Amino acid sequence: MVTTGKKVKTFIIDGKDVSGTEDQTVIEVCRENNIEIPTLCHLEGLAEVGACRLCLVEIKGSNKLLPACVTKVHEGMEVITASEGLKKYRIKILELFFSERNHICSVCVSNGICELQNLAQRLGMTHVHYPYLFPKFDVDASHERFVLDNNRCILCTRCVRVCDEIEGAHTWDIMGRGIESMVITDLNKPWGESESCTSCGKCVAVCPTGALVEKYKNAVDKSFMYKKDKLKFLPYLTTMREVKNEQS
Amino acid sequence: MIIEELIEYAQKLHLREKTGKHEVKVCSAAGCLSLKSEAVADELRKKIAELGIEEEVSVKPVGCLGLCSKGPLVTIDSGNRVYQNVKPEDANLIIEKAKTDPQSETDKFFTRQQKIVLENSGQVDPEKIHDYILRDGYKALHDVLEMTPQEVIDEVTISGLRGRGGAGYPTGLKWNTVAKTGNIKKYVICNADEGDPGAFMDRSLLEGDPHRVLEGMAIAAYAVGADEGYVYCRAEYPLAIKRLKNAVKQAERAGVLGKNIFGTTFSFTVDLRIGAGAFVCGEETALIASIEGKRGQPRPRPPYPAEVGLWGSPTLINNVETYGNIAPILRNGGEWYAAIGTEKSKGTKVFALAGKIVNTGLIEIPMGISLREVIYDIGGGIPDGKKFKAVQTGGPSGGCIPEQFLDKPVDYESLSELGSIMGSGGMIIMDETSCMVDVAKYFLDFTKDESCGKCVPCRVGTVQLYNILDRITKGTGTMEDLDELDDLCDLVKNTSLCGLGQAAPNPVLSTIQYFRDEYIAHIVDKKCPAGVCKFHTHAETGKSEVII
Ligand SMILES: Cc1cc2nc3c(=O)[nH]c(=O)nc-3n(C[C@H](O)[C@H](O)[C@H](O)COP(=O)(O)O)c2cc1C
Ligand code: FES
Repeated sequence: MVTTGKKVKTFIIDGKDVSGTEDQTVIEVCRENNIEIPTLCHLEGLAEVGACRLCLVEIKGSNKLLPACVTKVHEGMEVITASEGLKKYRIKILELFFSERNHICSVCVSNGICELQNLAQRLGMTHVHYPYLFPKFDVDASHERFVLDNNRCILCTRCVRVCDEIEGAHTWDIMGRGIESMVITDLNKPWGESESCTSCGKCVAVCPTGALVEKYKNAVDKSFMYKKDKLKFLPYLTTMREVKNEQS
Repeated sequence: MIIEELIEYAQKLHLREKTGKHEVKVCSAAGCLSLKSEAVADELRKKIAELGIEEEVSVKPVGCLGLCSKGPLVTIDSGNRVYQNVKPEDANLIIEKAKTDPQSETDKFFTRQQKIVLENSGQVDPEKIHDYILRDGYKALHDVLEMTPQEVIDEVTISGLRGRGGAGYPTGLKWNTVAKTGNIKKYVICNADEGDPGAFMDRSLLEGDPHRVLEGMAIAAYAVGADEGYVYCRAEYPLAIKRLKNAVKQAERAGVLGKNIFGTTFSFTVDLRIGAGAFVCGEETALIASIEGKRGQPRPRPPYPAEVGLWGSPTLINNVETYGNIAPILRNGGEWYAAIGTEKSKGTKVFALAGKIVNTGLIEIPMGISLREVIYDIGGGIPDGKKFKAVQTGGPSGGCIPEQFLDKPVDYESLSELGSIMGSGGMIIMDETSCMVDVAKYFLDFTKDESCGKCVPCRVGTVQLYNILDRITKGTGTMEDLDELDDLCDLVKNTSLCGLGQAAPNPVLSTIQYFRDEYIAHIVDKKCPAGVCKFHTHAETGKSEVII
């Protein structure tokens, strides 16, 4: 690789000396060093939005918690990724996610391959102590290959970003605000009637939950697709992003 | 062009209008207009014409005179008595007064105030640039162009001015940051979104003295090195928008905005952007997204707009009132401004007094006077002999301050120590008939609806908070709910993405802190001490129920 002339910063994460280039984020350096940080909205290769708040970390000298996915590294910073306080916050945030819509795993096609479910298990969320809100959303099955179930959506906007940034179709967007926010296709048309959708399926591949799924596939099939394709998919996104950055 | 030429231009425009020796000023801000002040002005004009005394008395529409609850308001010349609740029938009387006895005002509502930002409001005709110029308007801009940008910034830094949009960030420091980004494309934005319920400070200034804001923006643009500016105003302010548009056009014609201002190499154009009434669009990163034509959602900071702002360029964003302070600071010097107010909060602050108070309206006070003076001297106390309970500052991001702290000074630090914030200047007074749980619920109802929905603590957390408060006001809350409120507030405050979520718990936290007994009365005794929330007992089960 050609020398980039990027400056290297050395700093500390969880007491461990690490280094990264000036344009790297805390999360990138954490992952290089096998330090696990839970995320739902972050996906390598897509623009960051800092929305799920699961990656919040403590940085010495800052009185605010900062999202690791958008925080750039700097010389001498001291990052704490898993204090007791942070762990508690993360579990409560997950509980808020579960309380928001219908996340009953036993009747979900993505049971077993869901990132929300996985995280809850990994972080030790044992129950949801907030009352369930359960708003009612229609299921959009008008597309010939895919289904959108807003009841399972966590509004991470990965579908919105992958469709806009990688596929270039911008079929997806968010409508409404607050608790009424929902992802829509085109100007809130049924997905099957969307004029911009190319049926590429990238949105389905990046969806962390059961909100976007492929028809006639059960969890086992999706897990197969997920395992096989997602591994191929991530480097693909990264390459696309680099090409795009070079062009701009 | 030199300043003398500008003044000559203004005088020419002034002479073209026929003005009498005495001017009868009729408030034409939104508040008085809605009380039909137009009719009063028309009747006055008619009577003056009938009497044929145009040389002696003339009528002039002006901006907010402050005492909005008693409108339509009329005043004569400057510093005179303000006539309240004026009706068209009173025209004769007013004309007579104008000719004979210009009394001076003694009401504490007026004498305890100190007007800097609002000094022209109620004096100038907001639709005529010459009126503004003849009151030293655009003189500061003229003089500034002979200084270096750094000297301008230093003057603002010396003044100690802090942002009036809510957070109180030092204005000089912000200007310096933007200026330091080098010789590249930059923007200046005026935040006129004013989304706090009950607040109307920015609207009044824009309606009453739009040129003051434009002059402040132009000075800021010169200081930071920008050549383009936007005013982001909410669509709910049609009169402010109309007057701003008009002001921009007049300023361009007079050569104080646009290309080569005052014949120098400095150019600055101003454009308007109209918001669609989302509270979150007042947050600076959401506001910038909205101007760019995107969904009005905040993004994580840093990078701050001062480095990466509108279209990726360094952007200075300040509040309307902040810009309103700039011209007087440059005219009179930073030291002069710094002599007003307290150690850390300099100058004056405009507040919109509302709620259970005798004088509702717009006031401007020097920082550091006590809440008691504001409420009792200026505000005239609580009506109907009721007892004061709390004052709410900072709108949905602020808190409620109880009686025992009424002698605390009004400044940034004291208010935040008390669990509230200075905010943009809304001040709602509550008496014994207000239920504090209900107040907290009201604000959470607002924030949950106004949450943009991007981050989960704010989107879901505010709804869960609201639901708990709702249960408590309906008599079905539990003591565990009270702990849960504390816990959720902590979560939402510390993990939300932007200021909306981070400050949303403040109304709940401050009411729990100072009025815990009211919460307990609702939960344990199933009683609302203020009599606002209604419960009744189910005949068979003996449990509390809500009357619908
Ligand atoms: C939810 C939210 C709403 C806001 N609304 C406004 C507003 O209506 N007007 C305003 O001037 N600032 C508002 N602000 C503050 C702005 O983000 C910003 O700090 C301010 O415009 C900076 O100007 P200043 O330094 O002159 O105060 C808001 C902030 C938040 C978090
Ligand atoms: S991964 Fe950082 S906020 Fe979601």
